[in-house]
Amino acid sequence: MIRDITIGQYVPGDSVIHRLDPRTKILLTLIFIISLFIITKFSGYLIAAVFLFGTIYLSKVPIKYMFKGLKGVLVILLITVIINMFMTPGRVLWSFLFLKITYEGLRQAAFMALRLTFLIVGTSLLTLTTPPIVMTDGIEYFLQPFKRVGVPAHELAMMMTIALRFIPTLMDETDKIMKAQMARGADFESGNVLNRAKSMVPLLVPLFISAFRRADELAVAMEARCYRGGQGRTRLHKLEYERSDYIAFFFVCLMVGLIIWNRYWIW
Amino acid sequence: MSIIAKDLNYTYGQGSPFETKALNSVSLEINDGEFVGLIGHTGSGKSTLIQHLNGLLHPTSGQVFVDGVDISEKGMNLKEIRRRVGLVFQYPEHQLFEETVYKDVAFGPKNIGIGSSEIDKTVKWAISEVGLDYDEVKDKSPFELSGGQRRRVAIAGVLSMRPEVMILDEPTAGLDPKGRDEILSEVNKLNKQEGITVILVSHSMEDVAKLADKLIVMNKGEIVMTGTPREVFENPKLLLSIGLGVPQVTLLFERLRERGWDVRSDILTVEEARDDILKRVGKRD
Repeated sequence: MIRDITIGQYVPGDSVIHRLDPRTKILLTLIFIISLFIITKFSGYLIAAVFLFGTIYLSKVPIKYMFKGLKGVLVILLITVIINMFMTPGRVLWSFLFLKITYEGLRQAAFMALRLTFLIVGTSLLTLTTPPIVMTDGIEYFLQPFKRVGVPAHELAMMMTIALRFIPTLMDETDKIMKAQMARGADFESGNVLNRAKSMVPLLVPLFISAFRRADELAVAMEARCYRGGQGRTRLHKLEYERSDYIAFFFVCLMVGLIIWNRYWIW
Repeated sequence: MSIIAKDLNYTYGQGSPFETKALNSVSLEINDGEFVGLIGHTGSGKSTLIQHLNGLLHPTSGQVFVDGVDISEKGMNLKEIRRRVGLVFQYPEHQLFEETVYKDVAFGPKNIGIGSSEIDKTVKWAISEVGLDYDEVKDKSPFELSGGQRRRVAIAGVLSMRPEVMILDEPTAGLDPKGRDEILSEVNKLNKQEGITVILVSHSMEDVAKLADKLIVMNKGEIVMTGTPREVFENPKLLLSIGLGVPQVTLLFERLRERGWDVRSDILTVEEARDDILKRVGKRD
């Protein structure tokens, strides 16, 4: 039951996209998002779509995983579409009492829906092809400049790494304790809200105790191996840009160029 | 009470990229009053199998019959099945949560709706059955106790539901030799004196050789051997090939025979070994 939930939704693979440097992927995703806001014509989305689907194809991640992410924001998507459809002033196409749909509204709604969809699919592509631990490496790199103003970049990244590392462990633990209590006749599924909240106690108490125990053990184990924070710490897997990273940069620049060209000069 | 499993298959994470087959057409039969040892390498599917026997996991395909009733049928009273088939997980002390030992042991009986006067009796019985002093521990916090004592409290927490079958998943893991012997002898007592059917999951060939009437050997989600300890340990090569072994004393006697000693080939425990050697050298006890 709990085992089936995947966090970070990383899909293991060995594609070109999987092997890209995490920094490249984070940066290019950011550029992709920004470029989505440059687009003002439908044909611009065509350029973004070619690029996006090309990347999806290269990543070899089944397409259904991309749209799984969309399911979660479907409600937001719908609300955006509806609000845009009815609230934009302009040429009226259809009206009923105080409701009216305008040509501009429809256009705006379709635009918003496309933009949100591209946004979500684009960012899911990042998390689907980057293992969480590698991602934190990339984030740590981008936080480096903020060290000067007192942001503990390494410590933040380490905390994130540890938290991610322990999600599956704690999931397993939850599953196990839940089953152990169910074997003692505990019921987590029926009853009203109050009863259900109460029934969580036999699950949460052991879970907290074990989380604290694990944290303590981990801290001791890290200190036993002379961990003392980020200062002067070297890495096992050094992040290095490779040829494919430059190629990826090239293609994204090409896309941005095309989009700008599309916005100002053609169609 | 008997448990019969027919052609069980179980797959974790079906349809995801992490899909793994944990059980592959497993069939077994456990009879009333038996002491069954379930052995297998880590990841062989033992823990998955035992969770099927009280309905915590539902087989992807196949059936489990408890006392002749198919427990995978819809609308089954799983609480009642879980009462009758008590399951003690690995490191069961991690499931303790109440303020006092008494309350924790009473958690199971309360859940299944036993009256309060009955609860008193059954808690008392369960705590003494696992070798703890009821008056001494009942008001203590489980977290004040030692590791071995905590584990006993956790076992008592299942025992207090008066199960007819007890499944214990490596109840001695991480205990010192003394604690291990004590827990095993208490488990044996439950089987011999209280008539509770016991399924003991274990890594220790010595333990199951000494206690079990029947052994079930698992490898990669399949049952590869079933039989009395003597029958199973007659085949050390197969056991070694799947990462298990035979009791050390059995191995020792095999070596002795290789060197031309005329000793028995089916020795399983140190006691048997002692008797056999004494017989060979002509001394009476």
